[in-house]
This record gives sequence, C-alpha cells and structure tokens, in this order.
Amino acid sequence: MKQKFNIITSTCVPLPLENVDTDQIIPARFLKATTKEGFGENLFRDWRYDKEGNKIASFVLNDPTYGGQILVAGKNFGSGSSREHAAWAIADYGFRVVVSSFFADIHKNNELNNFVLPVVVTEGFLAELFDTIFKNPKAEVEVNLPEQTITNKATGKSEHFEINAYKKDCLINGLDDIDYLLANKSKIEAYEAKR
Amino acid sequence: MSKTLFEKIWDKHVVDTLADGTIQLYIDRLYCHEVTSPQAFAGLRARGLKPFRPQQITCMPDHNIPTLHQDQPIQDPISKNQVDTLEKNAKDFGLTYYGLQHPKNGIIHVVGPETGLTQPGMTIVCGDSHTSTHGAMGAIAFGIGTSEVEMTLATQCIMQRKPKTMRITIDGQRKPGVTAKDIALYIISRMSTSGATGYFVEYAGEAIRNTTMEERLTICNLSIEMGARGGMIAPDEVTFAYLKDREFAPRGEAWDKKVNEWRELYSDPDAQFDKEIVYHAEDIEPMVTYGTNPGMGMGIRETIPSLESVDEAGRISYQKSLAYMGFQAGEPMLGKPVDYVFLGSCTNGRIEDFRAFASLVKGKKKADNVIAWLVPGSWQVEHQIHAEGIDKILTEAGFELRQPGCSACLAMNEDKIPAGKYAVSTSNRNFEGRQGPGARTILAGPLVAAAAAVTGKITDPRELL
Repeated sequence: MKQKFNIITSTCVPLPLENVDTDQIIPARFLKATTKEGFGENLFRDWRYDKEGNKIASFVLNDPTYGGQILVAGKNFGSGSSREHAAWAIADYGFRVVVSSFFADIHKNNELNNFVLPVVVTEGFLAELFDTIFKNPKAEVEVNLPEQTITNKATGKSEHFEINAYKKDCLINGLDDIDYLLANKSKIEAYEAKR
Repeated sequence: MSKTLFEKIWDKHVVDTLADGTIQLYIDRLYCHEVTSPQAFAGLRARGLKPFRPQQITCMPDHNIPTLHQDQPIQDPISKNQVDTLEKNAKDFGLTYYGLQHPKNGIIHVVGPETGLTQPGMTIVCGDSHTSTHGAMGAIAFGIGTSEVEMTLATQCIMQRKPKTMRITIDGQRKPGVTAKDIALYIISRMSTSGATGYFVEYAGEAIRNTTMEERLTICNLSIEMGARGGMIAPDEVTFAYLKDREFAPRGEAWDKKVNEWRELYSDPDAQFDKEIVYHAEDIEPMVTYGTNPGMGMGIRETIPSLESVDEAGRISYQKSLAYMGFQAGEPMLGKPVDYVFLGSCTNGRIEDFRAFASLVKGKKKADNVIAWLVPGSWQVEHQIHAEGIDKILTEAGFELRQPGCSACLAMNEDKIPAGKYAVSTSNRNFEGRQGPGARTILAGPLVAAAAAVTGKITDPRELL
C-alpha cells in the first residue's frame, strides 16, 4: 500500500459524471472482505457489469480506447459513505491520481491515506481536460507532487494544486499517519495527564 | 475570545498543531462495526500493536446482520465471517462487544445515544459517515476511513485539518405533519450534496430548539448528505433530560458537575462562523426525493424539476438519474405507485419514528401492493415498541416487525429491494443500487412512509392524519 509518490505522467480515464458517490465506486455488497486486497475487480461494479456479470461495453473502464493511472471525474467525487474500500478499489485497479474540481471530504482523506493523490482543479481546467481526452485518448497529463502542478500536455495548460505540507511529506516519503502518531505518543500521554 | 460551540470542543481536544496547521486530535470515543474495522485490526496486528485506550472503544455488528431469526447462525458465510471477525478482534483486545441478540445490540448510531455512551463535549469517531448523528447531543462526531480507525485504535488520535464552521438557522415553527426528516431533506435539497463540504455545521434557531432529542439525532444524522464533516446542536435541557439516568451517563455529583460543564457548550453570541444560512420552518413541507442523491428532494406536492433548471455541467448526471428512477422532469410525485416501504435505519429507526408511523396507520390497513419492512434501530427500541403496545397497532394494520439492524438501508444482509421496484425509505441514501442492485429509492420521513404503506402510492400524510 505504501507507495512513494513523486511525478506521474499518464493517459487518463474520463468519467464526466458529477456526484459520483462511494456506493457507485464500490457497492455495499462487496464490502464484506476482511482484507484490503482485490477491490479493484469490483470498482464501479454496477456501471461496469450487467446483472449477469457481462461487461457493459459503453462504460469507460470497458472501453479499450481509454486507460492510464489517472482517473478524471466530474465535481463532488466520492460523496456519501465513508467506506475506505472505495479508495482501496481505486488504488487496486491501478489509479494513482484522481482529478476532479471538487472532492467529498472523507473520501479525499481516504485516498491520501492510501497513497492515491486527489488533485483539485478549476472547473475550466477540468472541462478542457475532458475535451482533450475525448479528442485524443492518448493525450498525457503530468502530475508533479513536489511542484504541486498538473499539466495537460496536449494544451500545455498547467495549474497549481493544493495539498498540505504534512500530507505531501507523507506521500513523497511513503509514510502514513500512524508512523507519525506512534513517534509522538508521549504527547498523547501528556495531553491525557493534564485533562 | 468568543468561540463557536464547535471551537469550544475542538480546541479542548487538540494534542498538537503542526507547522502547516494539521492537527493531532484526541478522540474520546471510538465506535466500531464489522464492515470498516477488520482491516484496521489487521493493520494493528501487523504493526505488533494493541488498542491504546481499550476502555474508550465499543464494538457491535449492525450492517450485515439478518433482521429475522437472529438466534440462528448468519446464513451468508462472508457476512458471518465479518461479524465473527469483529467478535474475535474485540475479544482478543479486551474491547466491549455487543453481539447479536445482546440486549444492547443495534445500529451503532442508535445505541450510542440511547445507552448514554455518547455525551456532550466529546469527540466521537466511527468508520461510518453517519457518525454525524451523535453531534445532536452536543458532541463533535464524524465519520472516518479505516486507516483512521486504525490510527484511533493505536493512539486514540487522528490527524485532521480543522474544518470551517457553518451555522444553519431554522427560524419559526414547523407546520403540523412536518417531521425532523423533512427539515433535513429540505436543507439538503437547498444545499445540494456538496454544499457543506469542508464545513462542520451547527444547527440553531427556534425550530431546532423546539425539537426532541430523537428529532435532533435525525437532523444531525443527515449532515453528511450535504457533504458536511458533521453536524451538531448545542446541548440544553432537552439533551440533559434525555441523557439523565441512561446506563453510561454520569450519576450523582458527577452528573451535576458534568451538566454544569455542558451548560457552557454553546456558540457565544458574537462568535464568527465561516458561513451562515437561514431557512424558515414555515416553508418546509413533507419531503420526498425523486432522484439518486439526497439533494434531489422536493415538497411532496411539487413537481420534478425541469432539465433546464439544472446547471449545464450537471445535465448528463441529472438525465441519468431520472432515467434510473423511471421518472420524467415536470411530473408530480403524488400518486406514484410504491412497491416497498422501509421504516428503520440510523436516521429513522428510533421509538419516536415507530410512534409516528403507528399513529398514521392506526385503524387502517397496509395496502396489498406494498411489502413493508419495519426494522427497529436497536433491541432497546424493539422492547419499547412492545412496552407501549405499538406492536399491536402495527399488527392490526397488517404490519410485522423485524429484528434490529441496518437492514435495507444499504442491503448488506438479505433485505434487498428487487431491481426496478420503488421503495419509500426512511433511510438516508437514494444512490443507485443502494437498497439492492437496480432498486429505486424514494427517501422520506416516517409519516410519508406510513401514508405510502397504507395507500400503496405517494400520498401527502396530512390527508390521512
């Protein structure tokens, strides 16, 4: 799970829907596992497969035209349930970055805690990026975490994105919050003592 | 310095603040259910750790459990494994566990408040977005991911950014036949499912002050559906009267001392919120949803919004949503046939919800075309239903009670709405497939659900009261 993150250059998978909730990313009936592995198989299950388990050809993950490590989605991505299984499914499928103009809070944290980078771009950048991908599915995007920039290489348009310094450091160094918290346990005990 | 209710509690729980503003936040209570905890316990084991403060952790299965024959082993082996895993983890690490058929088992967000585990001034987390429910008692309560469950198990802390604050004031008095659920669905329909993202919401105003404790739990429960990190209501006499003498509430002198502390938990008159919103209770009607997210709600007598009224970027999603529901823009919802009715969930599975439902169906009969699932939120609620004779009213009207659990709210057990069928549901999400693959959910309060159950169609409950 802990993968160091630096610069990713990749083609993109476009999902121009808004309010994609975590029930769509991974439906509840697939949450019964007790490990983190294998959720990618059921990523977007009910959009990807019909009732009989056949692939729905029109859904983007089944369209060989598109591929890559970057998922580009409409605004308010990851709303609803807090299930981290959604982030596990995205990571397990092979995405390292999700680009949207807006993310739901809990899901955004869950992505970060699984070394998937949520990149918030402006509505304009997002619309143009969808346009680029649909015109040329081989078009690449560069996501540079150290510089905090995302570049649509086809148009040359680049944007700065926000990430707090602590999380950026965790991603670049492959560290998680528990590593940090365990190193600071004395502070917790001191806090409890003075309550 | 003047502070909001949120800030008063938050500031008391800050263990450390990093240079970039990231906060190490202390957590008073962790609730664990079977779906979002196994990987956290596995992570803990992999690191060779034990829970840091086991006495601050309570575990119970609720999502996977059947609502019939709980005395028998769970049929689905994968569900059974998940429930057994929680039991084993709790036992191995010495954590409090309320298993199937335990008198304190139920939906974790129903059990926390009703046992007095949830108290004002606390920080409470659970790997479940509806943890916002507990904010109704004047706590900071919010849903977290499994990695954060692991952090809390390991250190009783999580790393957080301080959310912005928002106050939603509902002034005036609500009209008869309007429930707490209607207030919440009205707010979300105005805010959209992302309107409060990044914020922690305090609900205030005359209409909120005049709610019962259980109504507050319903309102705060739905905070997440507008994207809010959580929702809360300043504790007052209603809160204290509800909490007093509950099993885990403080007693005697300790109670008096705590109540004095809790009386300080309110937003100072000149406290600044990052955003203030005001609605008027008189504008709120019984609500129903017509689409596939909780923001797609309307007054029960209105018509489904036109495509033109939706932002251009959202029109593909809007059309997809109506197509899924089998509805047309411009249509009324009144009169639409209903196949299933679900009363229950952490949103509306409490005794007052059963009282409201029973008050409407009393002396009437369940419609023949409707299958109704009535699922108490906990065993304590179930016992109260019997104690008050509500079960008799329901039975006479042709309804049966099931056993407590999350049930058809997210259909992880057998309680799945079949594809294409319409369910009026008192739960919290109408997402595609939420109540079963292909299921079509119409969210509503307990009175609208009751009206649908006896008429077999979407009906304004005020016509039957």
